[in-house]
Amino acid sequence: MGRVGGAVMRIAALPFDWVQARFGRPGVIALLVAPNLIVFSVFVVGPILINGYYSLTGGAALFLEERVFVGLEQYRRLLDCRDFADPLTCREDRFWIGLRNLGVFVLAKVVVLTLAALATALVLNRRLRGRGFWRAVYFFPVLLSPVVVGLIWKWILQRDGALNALLVSLGAEPMLWLAEPGWAMAWSVFVSVWAHLGFYALILLAGLQAIPADLHEAAAMDGTRPMRVFFRITLPLLWPSLLVVLVLATIRAVQVFDEVFVLTGGGPGTATTFLVQYIYETGFAAQIRNLGLAAAASMLMAGGLIVLTLAQVLLTTWRDRHGAVR
Amino acid sequence: VSAALTFLTRRRHPGRWHWTDVAAWTWLILGLLLMFGPVLWLGLSSFKTRAALAEFPPSFLPLAQAEMQVTGHAAPLPLFRVRLPDGSETVLAQVRRVGIEARMVDPADPSRTFDVPISERIPVREVRLAWGNYLEPLARFDFLRFFGNSLFVTVVATAITLLINAMAAFALAKYTFRGREAIMLFVVATLMVPLSVILVPLYMVVGGLGLTDSLWGVIWPTVATPTGVFLLRQYMLTIPDEMIEAARMDHASEFRIFWRIILPLSAPALAVLAIFSVMWRWNDFLWPLIVLSRQDTYTLQVGLNAFAGELNVQWHYVLAMTVLTLLPVTLVFGFLQRFITTGIAGTGMK
Repeated sequence: MGRVGGAVMRIAALPFDWVQARFGRPGVIALLVAPNLIVFSVFVVGPILINGYYSLTGGAALFLEERVFVGLEQYRRLLDCRDFADPLTCREDRFWIGLRNLGVFVLAKVVVLTLAALATALVLNRRLRGRGFWRAVYFFPVLLSPVVVGLIWKWILQRDGALNALLVSLGAEPMLWLAEPGWAMAWSVFVSVWAHLGFYALILLAGLQAIPADLHEAAAMDGTRPMRVFFRITLPLLWPSLLVVLVLATIRAVQVFDEVFVLTGGGPGTATTFLVQYIYETGFAAQIRNLGLAAAASMLMAGGLIVLTLAQVLLTTWRDRHGAVR
Repeated sequence: VSAALTFLTRRRHPGRWHWTDVAAWTWLILGLLLMFGPVLWLGLSSFKTRAALAEFPPSFLPLAQAEMQVTGHAAPLPLFRVRLPDGSETVLAQVRRVGIEARMVDPADPSRTFDVPISERIPVREVRLAWGNYLEPLARFDFLRFFGNSLFVTVVATAITLLINAMAAFALAKYTFRGREAIMLFVVATLMVPLSVILVPLYMVVGGLGLTDSLWGVIWPTVATPTGVFLLRQYMLTIPDEMIEAARMDHASEFRIFWRIILPLSAPALAVLAIFSVMWRWNDFLWPLIVLSRQDTYTLQVGLNAFAGELNVQWHYVLAMTVLTLLPVTLVFGFLQRFITTGIAGTGMK
């Protein structure tokens, strides 16, 4: 092992030592940064810059030089609505339905996820036998791939599935959970929360453990009631971590695709079709691919994400300036 | 709250349960059922035969009808618990069924035959694992190839990620040079750009490089993670400069410093990044789904999704393949659990 490592090092050292001998330390720095910077520029920064121009072009060709410049046509098409309150009056009705669904999903998921993660973190922060085990219980689904998560729940929620069996044994009527728009949305939120809860609970748990213990001990000495301790000490001191959770959960929820796509396929109808699925289908999966339209939709999504991020940053600075604990 | 609460409740009413204890344990038990239950159910279901899966309500364990080899009959015969006309109950093997009558034999004494109305017999069932669910689809669902593709993507992407991110992070942490601040700003600014907003132009770039339908098309866009550079740089900043100066005094080359001092000392941060990279790449779905359209290049996730879509009704195969897909991650988690959860709590990334 040591000999192999030595050999690898000697080979890897060759270009660096040559550059150092020839160009000195600046050469080494350039060589260190270059690979990451090149890959990063080609596959991240380049596409970010191209995206804007791409959304101004039309036609079926993939490469920019073969595409026709159409100006704001794609945006006009996306925003072409007779009545913005009703997605069905829009030319790209699937885009607007996706947006409306996304609004419902993000709101529901962020609220449920934050509350559930908070409850979990509070419970895990107790003096608990086998805390490592319990932490692992909640964290386990985080590791599962979205495809696996989607399939597991599809299996449980299907007509002859475990949930309906449970309901029937309790004397209730079985349901077609994923065939009814309202329930399909509710289960999409639930499954998404199920899959990510452990991650956010861990962030909050770290926040709770950073709260000095003597504050709680002092409150206990004074015989303060638990609810009062929670609202007057724990919550204000946990606020920074909660904000991180809110920011991350919102930004991730806006990008929802994988697990819901596998669970419901966006259905029934378009009841659980969200923005990323619209982009995916418009650009890559439709009979007639429209890459320009997909690019325009993703520009609008990027704009939304920037606004969200800025709002959160402003919120944080505003809160810092006005003090956390009152 | 909780530490204070246990303190409180213990002092005031020893042995008594406060309502917060009840609430906490309810949440824990509920969590145990909800978090492990579905995966356990998946595992049990994956061993059921197709017939057993079609049953409603389903049985908890994978049961199948018991069979027995009876002398005088070539194939094993299914066993039934039968109520005989005299009221006694016994276990008989069914030879054949004619209408509502079944011709049955006593397995202990094959010469005794009985004609039993089918309403008077119940199948004898035993736990039997349907390994066929795992073995049969391997011909159609090219599990080994998909697994190999996923393994290749995960291992190669993680190795490249670690190497080039560590190199860049080292330069950004331990040298002062023109443009360093600009690069850092760049890195931080793109931390928040998700792949899902650059799908179209990225597809064009990957297509232009001829990497569609290639695993490298999945690997390259993911390896220059700003998150990784940021995490490693923050960690390397804590390594004292004196160590580097001392090494330079001894005429160590810059590369030797990187390889022999910086990398070993950054091992904890590298390990965290490695775990995340493995998790990310193994579970990636949307980007491989777009880039890979030829079946022989599918990763496990794309292959499984396609398989589930094709064979919508063949749950017995889909479930078994789902179990195989989640098994590697579960095993890794089993071994590295403590490490993973503390790593995430420490860095706040996923």
